[in-house]
Amino acid sequence: MPAAGASPVLTLDIREKRFASTAGGEVVAIRDLAFHVGRGESVALFGPSGCGKTTTLNIVAGLDRRFEGTLAFPASAAGGPALGCVFQEPRLLPWRTLERNVELVLPPARRGTGIAAGWLERMGLAEAAGRFPEAVSVGMQRRAALARAFAVEPELLLLDEPFVSLDQALAARLRRLLAETLGRTPDDRPCAVLLVTHDLREAIELADRILFLSPAPARVLTEVVVPGRRGERGEREIEAFRRALLDRAEPVFRAIG
Amino acid sequence: MAARRKGAAGRYGLGILLLLGLWAVAAQLADSPTLPGPAAVAAAIVSESAGGQLPYHLGMTLWRVAAAFLLALSIGTAIGVVMGRSRPLDDLLGPWLLLTLNVPALVVIILAYVWMGLTEAAAITAVSINKIPNVVVTVRQGALAADEKLFDMARVYRMGRYETLRHVLIPQLQPYLLAASRTGLSLIWKIVLVVELLGRSDGVGFQMHLFFQLFDITRLLAYTLAFVAVAQLIEMAVLVPVETHAGRWRVARSDA
Repeated sequence: MPAAGASPVLTLDIREKRFASTAGGEVVAIRDLAFHVGRGESVALFGPSGCGKTTTLNIVAGLDRRFEGTLAFPASAAGGPALGCVFQEPRLLPWRTLERNVELVLPPARRGTGIAAGWLERMGLAEAAGRFPEAVSVGMQRRAALARAFAVEPELLLLDEPFVSLDQALAARLRRLLAETLGRTPDDRPCAVLLVTHDLREAIELADRILFLSPAPARVLTEVVVPGRRGERGEREIEAFRRALLDRAEPVFRAIG
Repeated sequence: MAARRKGAAGRYGLGILLLLGLWAVAAQLADSPTLPGPAAVAAAIVSESAGGQLPYHLGMTLWRVAAAFLLALSIGTAIGVVMGRSRPLDDLLGPWLLLTLNVPALVVIILAYVWMGLTEAAAITAVSINKIPNVVVTVRQGALAADEKLFDMARVYRMGRYETLRHVLIPQLQPYLLAASRTGLSLIWKIVLVVELLGRSDGVGFQMHLFFQLFDITRLLAYTLAFVAVAQLIEMAVLVPVETHAGRWRVARSDA
């Protein structure tokens, strides 16, 4: 949890975000969505698909600047925080080896120093470093995408349903790897996380705090602090907390159940 | 794999032999100076090469092809990328493209000679201008088809403009650039000959003009065949290796 008074890594206040709809006219995707992410804190955005979670993440990533509201990184230098990002797909460059893929996101001064190789090794990809993405398995591609995200030593890690469309066992393994890696980031340079998911177990496993979003236009319906230390919650604790959430009386939880 | 390639090479050779045989028979039947046989043409190639004539003119043509090709490819790629990545510029340059695509090559050549004089620069400019719009159309298509998700990735990770160009955009354009190179070379070859015929005093095109006036079909065919052979050599020695190298990550996929 962030120290009280320390400035948050991210504060976001989207008053309104509209999209041109295919039928002509405009659709409001997000209205009055505000939250912050503290230093080293992990926040999950949980909500029904199509509620504007990915749009929110794109706004935070600086990929979409056309919204009304404010986006600020109070704890970061003028250029903004170092961002790591794991998208719904690995988004590796197919024409570069795994190692080059990781290396290319590093600032030129930090290339060729073994950082890329080191992160690939930590993800169990030492053998595959010289191979092209399409020559390795989907799971390995995902791990390379994780290695890339950690290699930039992010102050804020953005995860957009990072393990969606994987089979359950593989997703669980990668989640554990992610949780372990997050747990090992140094205390003086903690990595904050903004996770978008529609998998409640994933949110409980990886987050300190879960924000429940409404269907579009998205806003925060309620917020839940996950008990226990992130990364140390066992299968049974996760499942128990999930049950507890689903049993709660508020309509938002009944809707997910 | 190797056996299949060997079979393909065999059939390719057979195709050439068939063509030569047909030609020899036709020449025999025609028995006319307007259709010399393969042997006569081969003899002409040898004698013209020995005299240094053929290598000299072929060399002049080759350098014009190379200059016009590089010019057209680099300018055409730049414009094509800009048009493919920017909607407003695409609209703005659209009419230019339409105009240059539809002006006949001959008109461009004549205008270049009239405006710039009968110079080397005019010749190369004329050929380039004829080719640039084709490159633009092909590369624009590639730039339009480029994967936005990879550009988003590059932006989140703050890859610079140059790096994004080099590692994200150009590799995606590569098949389109190769296509533009292939069609480009064959088109430029042909236009260079016209340019030489109209306004230069050397090169294969100039020689063609001469042979036409002398009605020397044997040497005309000798130059043509030498020319075709060189074009094929460039395809095999330059384009195919470049394609293989650029596509090595795809080869990796089929191995997996």
